[in-house]
Amino acid sequence: MSLAGDVSAGTPRIHLSKDMQQLLYRLLAAGLLCVALSVATDAFFTANNILNVLRQASLLFFLASGLTLVILTGGLDLSVGANIGLSACLAATVIKATGSPALGTLTGLASGCAIGICNGLMVAKLRIPSFIATYGMLWVLHGVTYYYMAGETIHGFPPGFRHIGSGYFLGIPIPVYLMIGFLIAGTVFAQRTVWGQQIYAIGANPMAARLSGIPVDRRLILVYAFSGAMAGVASIVFLARLNSAEGDIGEAMTLPAIAAVLIGGASLFGGVGSVFGTFVGALILTLVLNGMNLLAVNASWQPLVTGVIVIFAVWLDMVGRKRS
Amino acid sequence: MRAVMATTPRLELAAPPAVPGTPILELKGISKTFPGVKALDDVSFAVWPGEVHMLLGENGAGKSSLMKVLCGAYQADAGEYFHNGEKVEIRSPADARRFGIAVIFQEFSLVPYLDVAQNIFLGREFPSRIPGLTDRRRLYREAQKVLDLIGLEVDPRTKVHQLGVAQQQMVEIGKALSQDARILVMDEPTAALSDRETERLFEVMRQLQAKGVALVYISHRMAEVFALGDRITVLRDGKLVGRALPGETSPDELVRMMVGRNVDMSYPRRFATEPGEVVLETKGLSSTNGIRDIDLKVRAGEIVGLCGLVGSGRTEVARAIFGADAVTAGEVRIFGKPRTGGPDAAAFAGVGLIPESRKAEGLALIRTVSDNLAVAGLPKLFPNMMFSPGKARRSAQELIQRLRIATPSPNQSVAVLSGGNQQKVVIGKWLAAGTRLFIFDEPTRGIDVGAKSEIFALIDQLVAEGAAVLMISSEQAEIVHVCDRAYVMRGKRIVGELGRADLSEENIVRMGMHDE
Repeated sequence: MSLAGDVSAGTPRIHLSKDMQQLLYRLLAAGLLCVALSVATDAFFTANNILNVLRQASLLFFLASGLTLVILTGGLDLSVGANIGLSACLAATVIKATGSPALGTLTGLASGCAIGICNGLMVAKLRIPSFIATYGMLWVLHGVTYYYMAGETIHGFPPGFRHIGSGYFLGIPIPVYLMIGFLIAGTVFAQRTVWGQQIYAIGANPMAARLSGIPVDRRLILVYAFSGAMAGVASIVFLARLNSAEGDIGEAMTLPAIAAVLIGGASLFGGVGSVFGTFVGALILTLVLNGMNLLAVNASWQPLVTGVIVIFAVWLDMVGRKRS
Repeated sequence: MRAVMATTPRLELAAPPAVPGTPILELKGISKTFPGVKALDDVSFAVWPGEVHMLLGENGAGKSSLMKVLCGAYQADAGEYFHNGEKVEIRSPADARRFGIAVIFQEFSLVPYLDVAQNIFLGREFPSRIPGLTDRRRLYREAQKVLDLIGLEVDPRTKVHQLGVAQQQMVEIGKALSQDARILVMDEPTAALSDRETERLFEVMRQLQAKGVALVYISHRMAEVFALGDRITVLRDGKLVGRALPGETSPDELVRMMVGRNVDMSYPRRFATEPGEVVLETKGLSSTNGIRDIDLKVRAGEIVGLCGLVGSGRTEVARAIFGADAVTAGEVRIFGKPRTGGPDAAAFAGVGLIPESRKAEGLALIRTVSDNLAVAGLPKLFPNMMFSPGKARRSAQELIQRLRIATPSPNQSVAVLSGGNQQKVVIGKWLAAGTRLFIFDEPTRGIDVGAKSEIFALIDQLVAEGAAVLMISSEQAEIVHVCDRAYVMRGKRIVGELGRADLSEENIVRMGMHDE
């Protein structure tokens, strides 16, 4: 019987988990991309452009980081872009009405979070597949926002508020600080808290997670609430940057956010991925689009390239995981 | 890996027992190597028309590989095939089908939302006179013929997902026979069947035998081996270790061949003389899953069996106690306190469920051994809610040693472990959670003999340390040998309780099968 034998036989050596390997490949890709763009264009490796890339990546990352948690549980949140729209318009209204950026910010975050909780309740309690629940939510939010705004635009916010989106601190844009803050917070949450571990467990096998005593429903509501809240964060930064709110603000951001998560190595089946991976994914996507701009490639090509990168990244993942 | 097989009996590599005629299928010197593993090593195997050939071996002994070589799913690296004495090649499943070889795996290949007839003739529908359409009347007529042949009394228009496991199995067999199978290979066909369904299957097998069909039968159940087998082949570590005739060998001898050492199959334990406090009590428990009026008690230091036929409601009782299915009436008390809420509340109260289907419900296969060992105990291991990978790994390492889980490292993916080791991981996750009441649902399903006694030794150790155990098993011998008491279920109710003195297979069967 060799059942219990051979346990201690393994020799100690540096062993990188598959997730780590995949992450290193991505970092390498991002690095190579930077080197290539530096060589190919004069404009890329300038402080201005780098900061610009980081700021663009930050908006994508806010949305994608919350989405990462949802995707880790094996779900999907298609309503994040529409969430930005309604949350931004509500925040704009409150700022205009009260003159208080703080109250407005709070409104945006609360609205984002509340929408997320609705999604979570639909998924966890009504057991509606997340794809359907959040897809329906997308339409509902669009409808509410369009009705509420009635084609109007709200613009002109106090400079203190606009600072969140377009200000600098020590020469670095404020959103970049926010991005680093959420990157650390998100990573700590996912990797170093009991809740984070439970989220991975749910994505890996929801049935086994439930039968292991994990309160699956509560955790699901939590991740959708987080995803909604991060859409709220994005709505505030977006609003502050644009200095105006319209009904369709943020509409075009859902699919790029999903792309960033997938490029970052998360699996739509759940249980695989990381907030840091998503950060790298958002960076890669932004770098590619920035590079195409600098190389004066027709903007029509951008969606095509995004699609190819997503498919390629997921395919590489599958190949990498199948080996060994 | 294993020392000289000192205890290996005289049958070791004996010549095949004399038989009349030519084997319908003979494999000679089959070898198959996968990276790092020699799955089959110079195995020879022959089967004659009209016989039941039992294939025995622990998990990983090479039974599945041999089956896959037989049905053309794997190509052997070396070896020869003979069909009715003629040398042939089997390079693909299509080749195997041409020689009349059909395999019924444990996971069925039926399409749940098609009906019985459509499944039997899937891909071989009868063309209608109108091109592109199929002749449905002929389909159902032919399907009825197949059903008559195997004696399955269902309407061929019944959707397969509405059938029970046993009936689905019969449909699989019918499908194979309708393809003129002359050699039928079955992998643990009775694993999910009740006693009565098993009887029915055996009857069909005998009929097939009489028609000259050769049956290759993989089983972990000794009783079946002797009740059905005409010839026995034992594999171990990919090698042929013995051939025998049932009349000339004994279960002990076969087990010794399989494991290469003596394993006591009776799992001896000291039975509880003075059980402790009542850990679990249900009163009038009914649930949405169909169970009604369940009254049972489990005390600390006790192993209490829950037996009855498959489908009698045993798993449902376990799920209702654990909060996985909603309670509609009555109550569950854990250490005297009413349990409310879902599995998370039950786990918090000290209940752990080791479910029947390990891979679907017990483990996250894409995660590591360490992750799986920590999953239930997270709030207990990390009371301040901050997770530490190092502490999780140390906790995992302790459990790996304590439970003797064979894994190169805690970071190993749990999917590659053997069934027995995976089961230990599921038990281990509850140890980490500080569980006091363990509910085992078929703890030895799909686990080889050696690992079975390890699992039972472990359960015994748990109760010796003061835990309470409720154990569901379809193997009455296990209940009889292991349990202090047992409840017998029939038709979603408990119909009787057997104390240690009355606990016998006959009593369980009599209570569980009694018709109204």
